[in-house]
Amino acid sequence: MIQVSHLTKRYGPRTAVDDLTFEVKKGEVVGFLGPNGAGKSSTMKILSGFMPATEGTATVADFDVFTQSLEVKRNVGFLPETPPLYLEMQVEDYLDHVARLKQVAKGDINKSIDTVLEKTSLGDSRRRLIGNLSKGMRQRVGLAQALINNPRVLILDEPTVGLDPRQIIDIRSLIKSLKGEHTVILSTHILPEVTATCDRVIVINRGKIVAQDSIDTLTQKHGEGTVFKLALRNPSPAGLEYLRKVQGVESIAANGTGNTFIVKFVKGAEANRDQLVTAAVQQNLGLLEFSAERASLEDIFLKLITQET
Amino acid sequence: MIRNIWTIARRDFRSYFTSPVAYIVIAGFMVVMGWMFSYILRDFSLRMMQYTQMNMGKGVSITDGIIRPLYGNMNVVFLFLVPFITMRLFAEERKQNTIELLLTSPISLAQLVLGKFLSAWLLILVMIALTLTYPIVLLVSGNPDPGTVAGSILGTLLLTSCYIAVGVLFSSLTENQIVAGALTFATSLFFWLVSWAAGSAGGVAGDVLNHLSLISHFNNFSQGLITSADVLYYLSFIFVGLFLTHRVLDSYRWR
Repeated sequence: MIQVSHLTKRYGPRTAVDDLTFEVKKGEVVGFLGPNGAGKSSTMKILSGFMPATEGTATVADFDVFTQSLEVKRNVGFLPETPPLYLEMQVEDYLDHVARLKQVAKGDINKSIDTVLEKTSLGDSRRRLIGNLSKGMRQRVGLAQALINNPRVLILDEPTVGLDPRQIIDIRSLIKSLKGEHTVILSTHILPEVTATCDRVIVINRGKIVAQDSIDTLTQKHGEGTVFKLALRNPSPAGLEYLRKVQGVESIAANGTGNTFIVKFVKGAEANRDQLVTAAVQQNLGLLEFSAERASLEDIFLKLITQET
Repeated sequence: MIRNIWTIARRDFRSYFTSPVAYIVIAGFMVVMGWMFSYILRDFSLRMMQYTQMNMGKGVSITDGIIRPLYGNMNVVFLFLVPFITMRLFAEERKQNTIELLLTSPISLAQLVLGKFLSAWLLILVMIALTLTYPIVLLVSGNPDPGTVAGSILGTLLLTSCYIAVGVLFSSLTENQIVAGALTFATSLFFWLVSWAAGSAGGVAGDVLNHLSLISHFNNFSQGLITSADVLYYLSFIFVGLFLTHRVLDSYRWR
């Protein structure tokens, strides 16, 4: 549904997007992950037909973004970073205007307004002025705007930025409900968002793709094996020294100022945790807690984006 | 094609009326025009009285004494008012970020520019229509030359369209509405008065300056004379303004 090859965008001497190549299949929800200024917005603006790339090609919904941009625009719903709202208009009138802009057939306009209002649960606010709506509601109007022509591809630039936790959950479940029917590409710098909504993640840093995979594969590939959390009531230095000598233990490091420690095993020696726990009990260190901690996406992300610098 | 232009024009025309812009501009226009009309009338009847008392022949006609100064003044009033009408057209879209919506919609830049132009033009049309009462009153009670009336109205419409084209261009160049409005006024005024320099320039340069001036092309219209040279001048002025706007919009995408 979306094919991008060797896409490059330069603003003067600054390269915002550097030789991107990726593909998004029909019905997929793909997260575009990267720190601020990584080139996410630029890529999305190119894909939505807003601006041309310096080099490379991109096709969206089987149309070339550069040579068939009107066709692309007809098949894409785009939510920019700041939702494009006319504050002096009522929600309903605004959606009517967007529907006309997107060339929804005249007879279908009312029906599609009703549909998107329902999807974004804005039905009660259809006659309110957009200028009087809260930020979360405005974001939803922005989303409704992107959905109005039932586009095959949705491009959402940071759809949950600035919302409260409750609204974030709402928007995420809305995005999830679009899966299958629409192909969605969304950008974010918030990690749990990707875990919550996306099938696949493309990590981008300084305009380059540093990883693209499903979240599980990514965790397996780049995770550092399992890490354990150890909490002790009275950790004596001698006792800790004893624990460090248990076979297979690579390191035990204090985690903050409390009595908790992060234990790492040599790869493949995780089964030796039995000995570690036995040793802790024998040394009378007062075992409070011992639990496995999976390497989080956060660690992987940090690792990926700091790798090449 | 037409539908897309109308979609753009419709929203902008409506938003003149959902904001105070239309009401203030129209009210201001009507007050000033009403005041001018009554003074022109008073002046005219005073002069007519003097002519009759002194037995100096027929005096001035209604056409020369009322219609011409009326539409001449109306052009000046529009020179001041059009910047307020056009300054928001693109500047506000950029400020509110709605320009991204327009530029990611399946409409061409030409349609966008024409739609914007049309929305302001329709408002001008409403304003000119509201002042039709003056020539109608004169036509009913007197005998002004209908050709001159028609020519003056058409000329005013064309001249004002040129201000709009300038306004649309400057609105696309900045997101600051005040800057857009001020530049529109300054540029329109410049093209109005450029013929002043014609006398001192003389020769070919003088002719060129005279020909460039917005107001010198209005003279024929105010005599009831509609020449293709004048119409073509105004149309090409509008075309250049809108074409440059098109280029500016295209450059948004490269920045």
